[in-house]
Amino acid sequence: MVHWTAEEKQLISSVWAKVNVEECGAEALARLLIVYPWTQRFFDNFGNLSSPTAIVGNPKVRAHGKKVLTSFGEAIKNLENLKATYSKLSELHCDKLHVDPENFRLLGDILIIVLAAHFGKDFTPSCQATWQKLVGVVAHALAHKYH
Amino acid sequence: MVLSGADKTNVKGVFAKIGGQAEDYGAETLERMFATYPQTKTYFPHFDLGKGSAQVKGHGKKVAAALVEAANHIDDIAGALSKLSDLHAQKLRVDPVNFKLLGQCFLVVVAVHNPSLLTPEVHASLDKFLCAVGNVLTAKYR
Repeated sequence: MVHWTAEEKQLISSVWAKVNVEECGAEALARLLIVYPWTQRFFDNFGNLSSPTAIVGNPKVRAHGKKVLTSFGEAIKNLENLKATYSKLSELHCDKLHVDPENFRLLGDILIIVLAAHFGKDFTPSCQATWQKLVGVVAHALAHKYH
Repeated sequence: MVLSGADKTNVKGVFAKIGGQAEDYGAETLERMFATYPQTKTYFPHFDLGKGSAQVKGHGKKVAAALVEAANHIDDIAGALSKLSDLHAQKLRVDPVNFKLLGQCFLVVVAVHNPSLLTPEVHASLDKFLCAVGNVLTAKYR
């Protein structure tokens, strides 16, 4: 069971309150596909991913990015119970989507960069540390049901 | 992994923009790395790692200088960092996973201070560059 201090919970909720889930999600997913192009392997049916411009403008990327980050919001509401929260999603990613859990870690790292760019100096080292812990824990929960 | 012409241009552009702030970026990178990945502190038992530490500032300056050097000789990073590569292999022996952690923190620092500079394309190029530097520094490990 992951332990969250009061400070960590505060840093998580105060950042999350200011996040535009649609924009941030779209940007994070687009950057994942651009910075780590091999991740495009999961999105053959997304249409044009032929250039960074195409990826950033791709409506399916935007929509899926929003979906992914909305789900992340659920994690934040259930910090004490992440494995249960993500149990079905974990099974889905293993059994149906066949996504290597390493990709969850990559997306987590990208999300941190997007938050850093958005929040600037407000994204303090403590903030970064807390959020890096959060993305790590989310990635772990998503991988938990893999077999 | 290969740095394209566009990657090299992007990386040189970043370091040109950062200019003299590179030293501060180096120090902040280390500060963030120690806060976010406490296991990295194990390589610095001899350092005062408290906030504002002169030793961390000094070491951040060295790290930044190496990145600047690599960017200035981006066609031959292995050549430019050969001595540093020897040092890491023979003396420092920092586990290879840690270069990725340092790289992540450097990207965060660039993002924090220059969000408009870090377009997706530049982000990709800089990430590749940092990987390349890490690869060079660990190339002679075994």
